[in-house]
Amino acid sequence: MTQDANEAVGDYRYGFHDPESATIRFDKGLSEQVVRDISELKNEPEWMTDIRVKAYNHFIEREMPTWGNCDSLEAINFDNVTYFLRSSEKTEKNWDDVPEDIKRTFDRLGIPEAEQKWLGGVTAQYESEAVYHSIREDLEEQGVIFLDMDSGLKEYPELVKKYFGTVVPHSDNKFSALNTAVWSGGSFIYVPKGVHVEMPVQAYFRINAKNMGQFERTLIIADEGSSLHYVEGCTAPTYSTDSLHSAVVELIAMEGAKIRYSTVQNWSANVYNLVTKRGVAYKNATVEWVDGNIGSKLTMKYPSVLLKGEGAHAEIISVAYAGAGQHQDAGAKVHHLAPNTTSNILSKSISKGGGRSSYRGMLQVTPKADGCRSKVVCDALMLDEDSRSDTYPTMEIGNSTADLEHEASVSKISGDQLFYLMSRGHSEEEAMGLIVNGFFEPFTRELPMEYAVELNRLLELEMEGSIG
Amino acid sequence: MGEMMGDELLRIENLHVSVEGTSIIKGLNLTINRGEIHAIMGRNGAGKSTLANVVMGHPAYEITQGTIHYKGSNIEEMEVFQRAREGMFLSFQYPAAIPGVQVGTFLRKSVASVRGEAPPPREFRKELKNAMEQLSMDRSFLSRYVNQGFSGGEKKRLEILQLLLLQPDLALLDETDSGLDIDALRIVAEGINSVAQNTGCLVITHYQRLLDLVKPDVVHVLLDGKIVQSGGPELALKLEDEGYDWVEALA
Repeated sequence: MTQDANEAVGDYRYGFHDPESATIRFDKGLSEQVVRDISELKNEPEWMTDIRVKAYNHFIEREMPTWGNCDSLEAINFDNVTYFLRSSEKTEKNWDDVPEDIKRTFDRLGIPEAEQKWLGGVTAQYESEAVYHSIREDLEEQGVIFLDMDSGLKEYPELVKKYFGTVVPHSDNKFSALNTAVWSGGSFIYVPKGVHVEMPVQAYFRINAKNMGQFERTLIIADEGSSLHYVEGCTAPTYSTDSLHSAVVELIAMEGAKIRYSTVQNWSANVYNLVTKRGVAYKNATVEWVDGNIGSKLTMKYPSVLLKGEGAHAEIISVAYAGAGQHQDAGAKVHHLAPNTTSNILSKSISKGGGRSSYRGMLQVTPKADGCRSKVVCDALMLDEDSRSDTYPTMEIGNSTADLEHEASVSKISGDQLFYLMSRGHSEEEAMGLIVNGFFEPFTRELPMEYAVELNRLLELEMEGSIG
Repeated sequence: MGEMMGDELLRIENLHVSVEGTSIIKGLNLTINRGEIHAIMGRNGAGKSTLANVVMGHPAYEITQGTIHYKGSNIEEMEVFQRAREGMFLSFQYPAAIPGVQVGTFLRKSVASVRGEAPPPREFRKELKNAMEQLSMDRSFLSRYVNQGFSGGEKKRLEILQLLLLQPDLALLDETDSGLDIDALRIVAEGINSVAQNTGCLVITHYQRLLDLVKPDVVHVLLDGKIVQSGGPELALKLEDEGYDWVEALA
């Protein structure tokens, strides 16, 4: 394990990197040939190659978004990105078989330990592909499919063909087009009718190489009356040049099913994190996004739910922490497309040291969606005068029976709170750590305990050295 | 700071304090030894809360003249949390709410900060259980957020619970009796009495009724930023009967 002191920034403890070990590494830059090469290398069916090429053409034609952080987006150099890097010949089922360097990294990130303790299954992706994958036998026996996406396409081509790109079409936005063109890795999950997966399954994404592009693709289908909790984490080394992470996640919750998708994103401060996450909920189904954004240089991500069936429910809880040099442009979108659908959106953001956080929300109620209810709450906490927080809520309400609530607040840490906590022996930094953890608590309490503890610890670290 | 065998905890000499340029305390002298209970009485605006806050180190209060010695050292430059770690405690008149932070977490972390190490979990649970029983507090308190949505009485009980757990050397109790009904007042007073033997207490109050339950060694009358009269418990009774006009006449 090496840690380049020049490249280590702040207290980011995941900023270490391994020597690059590539069995296959594409030259930097993107072309139709690169897209075809990725598909060929993976032995994909022709229809997938066609989708990729079509998406590539759309990506080339599509303009950059004219909103969000345009200056930062324009600085992305797509020619300086490695689009495919294979670091291990195959996906192992036993940690001992994972190449030593890579295994050490995941050991250091606590992944094998977490698997033993509390997970129903694990995928560990390193660069472009999964290097490790396992699922508990009892889940397999119940017919639960949990694979990395490449294996999913190989083993269940009909299922993938039926659902791939149906929730997030390649033409949705420039980065969904890019992902569709060059996707590699990610998770493919199918939960059969009536099966409740009691333990969360986890995917962990690690970028190691410089100027790497990671484009995982995740598709989760929960059949009627089933339920699943999927957890993802991600980190990367700290480099002085940028990396790009652009994922697409599609969730499909059939009638009466429930999917919860929890993320703690902790990319290093040189990673662009431009992700499209969307779920569709059919009759009486629930899709929940629990989305935490702590790391990255620029995140643009707005988990969304299409409420397509009567009585469907969406729950989106997101937090964003924007420190020095970071812009978290996050939010939530809910489309009420059917009657009596309900949604709750809670967004909390913290800006510090000149960091910038934006809430960008969309709430839509279509004319035929009678009797919908929605509550949106956005709270921003500013830790100093240099930081910035903005709210961009959009509402398109086409049905007068909708019952909508919207609350927004921007606050600062009060002197009274600090004095009170300091009078109990807490230094100013510790006091701020407590207040910040408390502010994120409505999010943290939704996470598995191990993640919650880790998140609180991370935030406390962020508060260190914050008092001039 | 070393233990003072003479057990002088607090010595305030000729203290002058301003807040945002307004002079509030104007030449105050006060010495508190371990095991003593001092009551400070006075009308609103006399400077009672200012006194408690400035001793604890509130940054908004500026000492323009005079000194505060705690355990023999001048503490003007000492930060609030260091004072706490050196055994100083302030029971707030209006304690701040800390949304999202559970009382149990807050207590555990505060005890760890003040004691300099985290207490062993099992012992701490026992200690906490005993203290909460003493104050007739329900266990459900622990999972609530610190002071959020608390009634006045609940806030004061949480302050006294902290007093019991943190076992300070010097306790500054700022109107701990306000907002309490008679039963709650009795419980809170018992809590204060249970630590008072080893602690120096400064009890700030408007009313005699707390002093019926927490017997002061010395009662001071604060008027316009100065102590104008000091005496035994009988002084509190006299104030209760006759009000403050006669003190003003003396001053």
